[in-house]
Amino acid sequence: MAITINGTAYSPPQDARVSLLDLLRERLGLSGTKKGCDQGACGACTVLVDGERILSCLTLAVQVDGRAVTTIEGLSEDGALHPLQQAFIVHDGFQCGYCTPGQICSAIGMAAEVRRGVPSVVTADLGADAPVLSDDELRERMSGNLCRCGAYNGIIDAIRETYATEAAE
Amino acid sequence: MSDNKLADAKAAVQGAVQGVMMKAIAVAPDSWIPGGVPDPLIVHQHGHVGRSLSRIDGPLKVRGAAPFAAEFPMDGMVYAAVLFSTIARGRIATIDAQAAEAAEGVALVMTYKNAPRMKPMPGFGSNAKAAGGASLPVMQDPEIHWNGQPIAVVLAETQEQADHATSLIDVTYEVAPSVTSFAEAKGVGVEPGLFMGSPLKIEIGDAEAALAAAPHRIDAVYETPYHTHNPIELHAATVAWQGDTLRIHDASQAVAHMAWSMGHMFGIGEDQVHVTSPFVGGGFGSKTLWQHQVLAAAAAKLVGRPVRIMLSREGVYRVVGGRSLTEQRVAIGAGADGVFAAIVHTGISATTRSNAFPEPFILPTMSVYGAGSFKLEVDIAYVDMLANTFMRAPGEAVGTFALECAIDELAHQIGMDPIEIRHRNEPDKDPVKGLPHSQLDIAKAYAQGAEAFGWNKRKAVPGSRREGEWLIGMGVATGTYPYHRMPGGAARMTLTRDGHATIEIAAHEMGMGTATAHTQVTADRLGLGLDQVTFRYGDSLMPGVVLAGGSQQTASIGASIIAAHALLVTELLQLAGNDSPLAGLKPDEVGGRDGGLCKLDEPERFESYASILSRAQRNEISVLGEAAKPLELQHWSMHSHGAMFCEVKVSTVTGETRVSRFLGSFDCGRILNPKTAMSQFRGGIIMGLGLALTEETLLDTRSGRIMNPSLSDYHVPVHMDVPEIDVIWTDIPDPHTPMGARGIGEIGITGVGAAVANAVFNATGKRIRSLPITLDKLL
Amino acid sequence: MTPFTFARAGDTAEALRQGERAGTKYLGGGTNLVDLMREQIEAPTALVDVTGLSSGIEETGGGGLLIGAATRNTAVAEHRLIRTRYPLLARAILAGASGQIRNMATVAGNMLQRTRCAYFYDEAARCNKRAPGVGCDAIDGFNRMHAILGASPACVATHPSDMCVALAAIGATVHLQGAGGARTLPFTDLHRLPEGRPDIETLLEPGELITGVELPALPFAVRSTYRKVRDRSSYAFALVSVAAAVDLAEDGTVREARLALGGVAHKPWRAFRAEAALIGAQPSENAFRAAAEAALEGAAPLADNAFKIELAKRTITAVLAELTGVSA
Repeated sequence: MAITINGTAYSPPQDARVSLLDLLRERLGLSGTKKGCDQGACGACTVLVDGERILSCLTLAVQVDGRAVTTIEGLSEDGALHPLQQAFIVHDGFQCGYCTPGQICSAIGMAAEVRRGVPSVVTADLGADAPVLSDDELRERMSGNLCRCGAYNGIIDAIRETYATEAAE
Repeated sequence: MSDNKLADAKAAVQGAVQGVMMKAIAVAPDSWIPGGVPDPLIVHQHGHVGRSLSRIDGPLKVRGAAPFAAEFPMDGMVYAAVLFSTIARGRIATIDAQAAEAAEGVALVMTYKNAPRMKPMPGFGSNAKAAGGASLPVMQDPEIHWNGQPIAVVLAETQEQADHATSLIDVTYEVAPSVTSFAEAKGVGVEPGLFMGSPLKIEIGDAEAALAAAPHRIDAVYETPYHTHNPIELHAATVAWQGDTLRIHDASQAVAHMAWSMGHMFGIGEDQVHVTSPFVGGGFGSKTLWQHQVLAAAAAKLVGRPVRIMLSREGVYRVVGGRSLTEQRVAIGAGADGVFAAIVHTGISATTRSNAFPEPFILPTMSVYGAGSFKLEVDIAYVDMLANTFMRAPGEAVGTFALECAIDELAHQIGMDPIEIRHRNEPDKDPVKGLPHSQLDIAKAYAQGAEAFGWNKRKAVPGSRREGEWLIGMGVATGTYPYHRMPGGAARMTLTRDGHATIEIAAHEMGMGTATAHTQVTADRLGLGLDQVTFRYGDSLMPGVVLAGGSQQTASIGASIIAAHALLVTELLQLAGNDSPLAGLKPDEVGGRDGGLCKLDEPERFESYASILSRAQRNEISVLGEAAKPLELQHWSMHSHGAMFCEVKVSTVTGETRVSRFLGSFDCGRILNPKTAMSQFRGGIIMGLGLALTEETLLDTRSGRIMNPSLSDYHVPVHMDVPEIDVIWTDIPDPHTPMGARGIGEIGITGVGAAVANAVFNATGKRIRSLPITLDKLL
Repeated sequence: MTPFTFARAGDTAEALRQGERAGTKYLGGGTNLVDLMREQIEAPTALVDVTGLSSGIEETGGGGLLIGAATRNTAVAEHRLIRTRYPLLARAILAGASGQIRNMATVAGNMLQRTRCAYFYDEAARCNKRAPGVGCDAIDGFNRMHAILGASPACVATHPSDMCVALAAIGATVHLQGAGGARTLPFTDLHRLPEGRPDIETLLEPGELITGVELPALPFAVRSTYRKVRDRSSYAFALVSVAAAVDLAEDGTVREARLALGGVAHKPWRAFRAEAALIGAQPSENAFRAAAEAALEGAAPLADNAFKIELAKRTITAVLAELTGVSA
């Protein structure tokens, strides 16, 4: 078995204590994924596992053996930015940049959840097939990603624009 | 005065720093003072300054490719984990590290017994370059000064091994009596607080008598709790001894201070300490020198290998101080016309005996309003706790909560619009120092803000607007923060023959957009394109002692670049010589345009930098400019202001408060980059929403231990707490500051607590004088 | 973290064999257990990953649903039959934690998560959950988040789950598998009150594995909801939460009601007395307030949390009013 990270297969660590986050940052040199609390309270370590957003700090690396992990480094292949990355720049969706990779990975995972109809706690009609993506929907769904610099408005602007563009296509 | 005497007097003024010369600086002619002649960039309206430029480091940050302190690999590096004390006061009786030392992968366990000898940490204020949060010894003896003090460091091959080994260390203590509650500390006795060496005490007239005689009076006590900065990047450093040089990859808002302070502790020169910090994952006042960098360097020295230390989130709460609590009395006496006869703003803040930072909550009251009399004082009570420190807008953030709530209470009592009462008390000069304002257009900010926010829709009677279970209210408050510029600014400017300029200065990027804004500024100053300017920073080997704090970094960099630019132009004119169209011109007659110099009022007299350097057969010229002393601070009253408008909804069922709208209208001088400035203002406001509604560091009064050292239990605002925040500004340049700008990093948080509390009052009729405004206070 | 071995169970029998060894813990999403291990509060010597077992949601014969223990929280909340038949459960799950955590957490792991009491988390504090008999520092400490119902002098901690509050209201059944075979437990019996042994939190036997949770048919749960009150508008634990469902008879009176509270007790708190008080009542604010009073009967506040009593009463009243269209 192996853990596939951004398309490359890696052996799981010998020490079962190693979190997916520390595997990325300390053993594979993929430090784009950030550690902000190491206890599931900030979202800075968000990565995609088989397309779903999860917290890599509370995931033991051995738990994702056999699965595919996408990190921030896996989004911009050949130097071309993902449209959401570009939108974050345009809308100034960050200041210090530390929570940014987690925000971006989280938003990509969130968009996939919306596409398959996952509701949120602010969704009025739980029976609806497709949630209406109001700003409050976006805010609620992104609330697991803290930004202490307070770039929340820009982040939501960037996600809204990217999602709207995608919906129009 | 003869010319000589005039020159002597001017030199005396410019050389003065303190004492009787303060008066001389105040009355000296403007032209003798930095900023006395307005920065030519202020009138330069069609350049890069003032344009919304996306961050030049944006592509790095969105790819996760901007390297932070814990992300620099080093050969042979070991990982550090820290063990913290569980008592507030006393001494370590026994500490047994044998099991930890024997644990797999462990390279070293360091305690006070084997730590290298070091001088105590130099606390802020003890030296111009001191960067320490407290002036205590670091792991030098068995004494315990606070609950959570580091008592052991484990180094191991992996973080997992180091973390585990700390759990194998057995410690016993001899517990000593401690004072861990604010109430008990006040009972022990309070002392007058000192701020930057001066007493935090001002009396003008007999304020208590004027208060007693006033027809309208508010006299209330306001409380604000401990706060923790909580930047998302954990405090971290990667440290190595390379020969006799100490190399530190730090997360720092003070690289030059850091180099000096670490050198001081380890007994080596500041030039033997190389601190770099290209990106800082948020600071807000917390990314200075605390014990973790010292422990990493000490342990690295013992083990002879590089060390990476990244504090756990709990570790940050145990090791890095936050904002202290305050208990403030604000009493205002006024006539029926709303004009203040007296302002009393006094109270107590908790601090420790190992640092010198009483939360200076009277600072806003010293400048914002005029009054017939003043009585302002901060006293301190000593608590055995982790040293407190500055956190975003120290003084103003919590001082404006008390002051601006009291004004709202007074306006309500008199029956006057809260904006009107503020207008009526706008001072025509600095109410305490008597100095003229460098620029003050708060009235315009209020007018624009009120219009944009729809203030006229506010109902004066509290509790009169309801939608379903939600009561709706509007509140307003004034925010304020001073213009600062600290001594020590310096920058190197290098111009190459291909017309490329490089600035080097030991400044910082914590999210403010430093490199972006100063690339814009430098490009305009030199008449270059943005891609012809490189702004380098974040390295203690670069010139300048530039604290990213006090919202002063922009001014410090600006003044340093002005100084360097003056030298560069002088040298360019010399090199240009008599064969140049610029021949005979003086430095202050020329400016930059299109990759060269021109006569300011005759732009066709021009020669390109490339041409000047080629003719002089020079590949480059490089100058080191040192910023003028910040005398402007003693010559003008220099303050930014904000009119903060808030609308809240308060549930009649649960007492939950939701901020539905917020608008900040700022008068902060010229805005260099609207896009990044918008983010700075919003970020401050959002931290202010946390201060108003959710944030509190819980110090258990029995043990002195912080009981919510996590991001789950300390509630910073999340996406869902934050509506779209509107920000507007007057954009009126301050004629006496570099670029006409004043720093904007901190003003956003000021006034927000009061704007929210005042809106809650307008919604519910309930006056909450104790932060945070949690729902239980509104049930 | 103390070193441990890791194994993935291929089937339930294998999991049970591995789970028999002392020091072994079953691992679901890990969102709570991994955190507690990092804090040295939990120190298993072996982890058995059971996320490969029993995930999925099936209809049972009688109109109910059987949810596999390893089903992720998001998968439960997004399932059409959960959303339409049991809105209170979907809303409760969605009110908990964050999108990322809901994608990781399993149903059984959610049930077995441990309290977030700060004194439980702090090695420097006394806690009878961590070390039975040493005392409780929360009782006289910061106890704003703590229990007002069913607490004991040994422990005032609360159960932090949102999902479990809805399961209690629904009257779910827990399916268990142990060395002695399979058995079921009413969900409301799974968790214990603290009494003298707050370290024993459930009726699970050592090595016993939760394999699923069964939701009974509850047609009137289409008229149900979950309301969570907390210190910020998202991503925070409940101060008080209410799960409720109401069945109205043709004459408009209450035929049956389900009511459970979160954030108030050591376990998800089913308010049986309040439910009984509602039967036959004409929906009105007074009737709902009376039920709320019944629900909070015997509530005993600590220094910082007396507000929870009134908050719970008001929230219950408002939720019932919302479900029945009574204007507050």
